[in-house]
Amino acid sequence: MDILLQEVGYSYAMNTPFEKRALHNVNIHIPSGSYTAIIGHTGSGKSTVLQHLNALLKPTEGSVVIGEQQVDAKTKGKHLRDIRRQVGIVFQFPEQQLFDETVLKDIMFGPLNYGVSEEEASRRAHELVEQLGLPADVLEKSPFDLSGGQMRRVAIAGVLAMEPDVLVLDEPTAGLDPKGRREIMDLFHELHVKKGLTTVLVTHSMEDAARYADQVAIMHQGKCVATGEPKDIFSNEEQLLDYRLEPPRTIRLQRKFEEKMGIKLDSISLTEEALAKNLALAFLEGREAE
Amino acid sequence: MMEKMIFGRFIPGDSFVHRMDPRAKILFVFLFIAIVFVANNTLTYLLLLAFTFFVVFLSKIRLYFLVNGLKPVFILLIFTFMLHIFFTKGGDLLFSFGFVEVYEEGLRQGIFISIRFLVLVFITSILTLTTSPISITDGIEVLLGPFKRIKLPVHELALMMSISLRFIPTLMDETGKILKAQMARGSDIGSGPLKKRIKAVVPLLIPLFVSAFKRAEDLATAMEVRGYRGGEGRTRYRQLDWRMRDTLSLLMLVGFTAVLWYFRT
Amino acid sequence: MNSIIMSFKDVTFTYTPDDQSVRPAVADLSFSIEEGEWIALVGHNGSGKSTIAKLMNGLLFPQAGEVAAMNLTMSEESLWDIRSQMGMVFQNPDNQFVGATVQDDVAFALENNGVPHEEMVVRVKESLRQVKMEEFLDHEPHHLSGGQKQRVAIAGALALRPRLLILDEATSMLDPQGRMEVIETIRELREETGLTVISITHDLEEAALADRIIVMNAGRKHKEGTPEEVFLTGNELTTLGLDLPFAMRMTHLLREAGVQVLGEHMTEDELVEELWTFYSKK
Repeated sequence: MDILLQEVGYSYAMNTPFEKRALHNVNIHIPSGSYTAIIGHTGSGKSTVLQHLNALLKPTEGSVVIGEQQVDAKTKGKHLRDIRRQVGIVFQFPEQQLFDETVLKDIMFGPLNYGVSEEEASRRAHELVEQLGLPADVLEKSPFDLSGGQMRRVAIAGVLAMEPDVLVLDEPTAGLDPKGRREIMDLFHELHVKKGLTTVLVTHSMEDAARYADQVAIMHQGKCVATGEPKDIFSNEEQLLDYRLEPPRTIRLQRKFEEKMGIKLDSISLTEEALAKNLALAFLEGREAE
Repeated sequence: MMEKMIFGRFIPGDSFVHRMDPRAKILFVFLFIAIVFVANNTLTYLLLLAFTFFVVFLSKIRLYFLVNGLKPVFILLIFTFMLHIFFTKGGDLLFSFGFVEVYEEGLRQGIFISIRFLVLVFITSILTLTTSPISITDGIEVLLGPFKRIKLPVHELALMMSISLRFIPTLMDETGKILKAQMARGSDIGSGPLKKRIKAVVPLLIPLFVSAFKRAEDLATAMEVRGYRGGEGRTRYRQLDWRMRDTLSLLMLVGFTAVLWYFRT
Repeated sequence: MNSIIMSFKDVTFTYTPDDQSVRPAVADLSFSIEEGEWIALVGHNGSGKSTIAKLMNGLLFPQAGEVAAMNLTMSEESLWDIRSQMGMVFQNPDNQFVGATVQDDVAFALENNGVPHEEMVVRVKESLRQVKMEEFLDHEPHHLSGGQKQRVAIAGALALRPRLLILDEATSMLDPQGRMEVIETIRELREETGLTVISITHDLEEAALADRIIVMNAGRKHKEGTPEEVFLTGNELTTLGLDLPFAMRMTHLLREAGVQVLGEHMTEDELVEELWTFYSKK
């Protein structure tokens, strides 16, 4: 499902002395099936953009086209539910949204709201718990008796259970330990590929954006200032620094290496594995040259 | 809607009123509430109105802003005004259409009550608009100080008040966040029959309570580790500073009371 | 020899003393920390780290063994004495901000300890200067970033002029920039004052800066040593749910790709240096 933000502007508390402009003329195209990372400094408007992706906010200017539906300032609330079913959001610290008596009921909450049958919702919950690497007996436990990492997974399952076409992730790994972080990010990537999801990742981690995304958008002071492929966005270090972002560590290390050696590697290293490969290649070539 | 309300909000500034000691401001407001009832004729009500606008002027809060922000209160004001016009009978009949008759006394009372209401709302708003909540708390704690002798837990109350105030924005943010998260999961708060709506509030309230308890626990730990053991033996970082302008302001109000008293009938 | 500022001797603590089947949160733990050291206590979520923090500040008492700090054994009697000599910064930046504004929050511990007003004013300014937040005196917490709130919390701890600063997952809820701010603040503070710091963390980049690392696993001490010694164990840390610092991960990946890197490098610069030497020798 395509999502298209067209000249979107948004102000909080419109027409009051507390009015605050959050977005100016934002244009972003999120093609169906893409993995888009939205990066930007804290306060750049990332999370305001995110809330437009499933019509939690309606633009005060311009419009957002989500699949077949267009949302602008005048769109009525009734039409928004359908959009929300198709676009699932995993918010930052999603475990805060858990509320039901058992994990099973909590995971079923979303699907049931959207008219999925009990059996189907329950089937999805069982399947997801397994997929997320949780022991099967958590289903009957209270979500509040779980560890922090398990609560996070249950909350994510609650969003996935709606089987959305588009998955929006807002810093989904904040506060997790390194192992948990990697597992969750890999899982989202696997789902993205397997189910052909459209994924939007809002993140502070340049490494994650470089590793997983095929499109990157930079937000800065309420504007979308650049979009492009990761290799182009992240090799332009000057631009990144202008927007108070740091290049991924792999690229920083690559640049240090290139500077020291006085050579240029063939391609930009978006992941650690790619960097190792690029460096090894440079060494082998060096050997052949002798 | 909520964003437009200014009732209970604080707007930082550097006016004469902003710089006044919170104790002086609280006393001023209480005294003012009392003397509003001294006015009883056209002249005294006009004086009251003039005095109020003088205070607004001193606070440098824009009148437009004040009027705009207090809109919901004005609906109440117009309602009381109407009540008086239609139901107070006395004096000459001014005009009538159909069964509605407006008497001179009704109009007079309507206007007076409206002015009384207006000045009260303006003056109390000026207090909250020009004084940070924490200063108000400080002021109340000191003013209530004497009641410690009759075992009123003044310090604890003030601390509770200041911590609650401190957490209001945090909890508001959180409510918004959880509300949005549940909306994204298809929860439909704010539509449908009452029973359905009550049910829809549960997914919002439970996470809020859970988080509030967690916060309270964390906060208690942080306070204990930082050596908090109740009010005894504590010193105060915030010092209130009673100046000449505070004494003058109160004297001015006393003078004004005398003038009102002189002109009332 | 330096004096011991905090020590655990055979400490065991369980949340369920009646149920023997549940493994204790902390078991037979012993270590000691000298004045002036920077210690990192690392472990994955659920390894017993947060229980250790609570044992350190006397929120919990061990069922067996002994916790001692500032030459006093932790007990109901010595508790407040010990607490007045240590500062603590917790995980959630919002839930430890007591004051209505930055300066009120920094003054909170001073008020509790009955410091006279004039002295307070001086100390609040001084501590805020140490964390570079002196321009934010009157700011309210909801107008600050997470990193700024944590720096204020550090200032609040410093105001009491403690001998020991404990950071309990103080960076884990922050964005990368906030994390950098806090780590940089601690580094500068150490350079300036040589304050003893215990940081409880799962961020290995943060731990790499410490003098000594204690690795926790399943409530027990898994390993103890300098960052070099601990990181040398390599993949062992990964199996514990932790990670190696970036430069070390790269070193390993390079070896796998067939580049013979000799040293174990903690920083990117060291790694580049060796690669350069190696490359230019050929």
